[in-house]
Amino acid sequence: MGFDINSPFLFFLVAVILCLVLTQSIYFMIRAWKQAKELGIDTNKLKGVVRTSIVFTLVPAFSILIGVIALSKKLGLPLPWLRLSVVGAITYETPAAEAASQAVGTSMKDVATSLTAVQYSTIAWIMTLGIMAGVILTPILCKRLLGGVSKFKDRDNKWGDILMSALFVGMISAFLGMIFGHVQEGLEGWIPVFVMGVSAATMLLCAFCIKKLGWKWMQDYALPISMIASMILAIPITNAVMQMV
Amino acid sequence: MTGYEAYIEKTHRLGKLWTWGMGLVLLMFPIIISIHYNAWPEGEPFLKGLLSIGPMYWAVGTIEVLTYIPMLGAGGSYLGFITGSLTMLKVPCTMAAFTNADVKSGTPEGEVVATIAIAVSSITTIVIIFIGVLLITPLTPILDSPTLEPAFTQILPALFGGLGVAIISQNPKVSIAPVTAMLILFISVPSLAPSGAIFVPVAALIAIGAARIMYKKGWL
Repeated sequence: MGFDINSPFLFFLVAVILCLVLTQSIYFMIRAWKQAKELGIDTNKLKGVVRTSIVFTLVPAFSILIGVIALSKKLGLPLPWLRLSVVGAITYETPAAEAASQAVGTSMKDVATSLTAVQYSTIAWIMTLGIMAGVILTPILCKRLLGGVSKFKDRDNKWGDILMSALFVGMISAFLGMIFGHVQEGLEGWIPVFVMGVSAATMLLCAFCIKKLGWKWMQDYALPISMIASMILAIPITNAVMQMV
Repeated sequence: MTGYEAYIEKTHRLGKLWTWGMGLVLLMFPIIISIHYNAWPEGEPFLKGLLSIGPMYWAVGTIEVLTYIPMLGAGGSYLGFITGSLTMLKVPCTMAAFTNADVKSGTPEGEVVATIAIAVSSITTIVIIFIGVLLITPLTPILDSPTLEPAFTQILPALFGGLGVAIISQNPKVSIAPVTAMLILFISVPSLAPSGAIFVPVAALIAIGAARIMYKKGWL
């Protein structure tokens, strides 16, 4: 049987899987929404969460789409479409695809040579098995981990809250540090820091508008605004820095 | 058992079922390809490829499970680990939702808000990528254009600048030690930057340790 990396059969397979994932998301959302109402959370607050989540997701989703386009040149559309819509992440899938391609004797850069069915199947197997840790371990560990957190909170509620905040602070700290990881390379290495500075300054400006000017509507959009503004300004910042170096 | 406890119990039961079930469905993709095209992987390339990414990805995956589950709660974790893009999208999106709704992780309110945020984010991502796949021909030159490249290259700084202000301003004292430690680490050893996500639990442990000391001294 002839093999086409963009065959309708592969598109059909991916569409079926994505429909199942969509069903899971919608089902979990409806359950959580009903529970939120039982907990007495205001509908407007929940609508605000939905608005923030949609707007916040837009820009990273376009970045993921760029990843799909990049991978599709070698792998066709269905496999990257699947990998980057569910389970995968752009930071994992690109190196995974390259490692898998090299293992079957080709490279993601070699877009002129078509993949054989065996090469494609091998890449799909490697990419699928490589990313399965979270899928397998979450059901095993989730209840135990959350039970442990709950015990902490039962023993000392204030410390429990601080502990949870510390986890979030830890994540932010690691990424803030990472952004400074190239500053020793000269001015070019400072570009991510400048962009982060613009994002932080925009966020502070939004906070000022919300608190001092009473622009409550901005609350749902402050983070997306800071992200989009800094990404737009990343273009002139990068161009200016590149002209200087 | 209260209504909320019953909800959580059922979330764990459903979560196990959905997550492992979806894991099997995801495995069906290579299985069906192999059967349909009679194209099973050859042993050596398969093992070579799997060994080149498997140990690292499984280590990072395990770290993500241990770090993100307490942040995302039950519903958010079962959904997040199936829908993926946790570090770049689902966890920051949950943080934004917590800030917006003024709720905390580890509380009943935080549990449901995290689930809603991750579900909405997943649906939005799937829809956008679906539209992108449909419109790939006209979209490729725009998204691939060198003019826009710097904007998408800087997505992480753009994301974590605003988010950093939101989270650090809520926990200024707890932030001092981990932020300082991570800045020193990544500036002195730049080669670690590409695998920065591995240091999330290290930074979290530093934050927890510093917070514990300050809490004991009554500074928090």
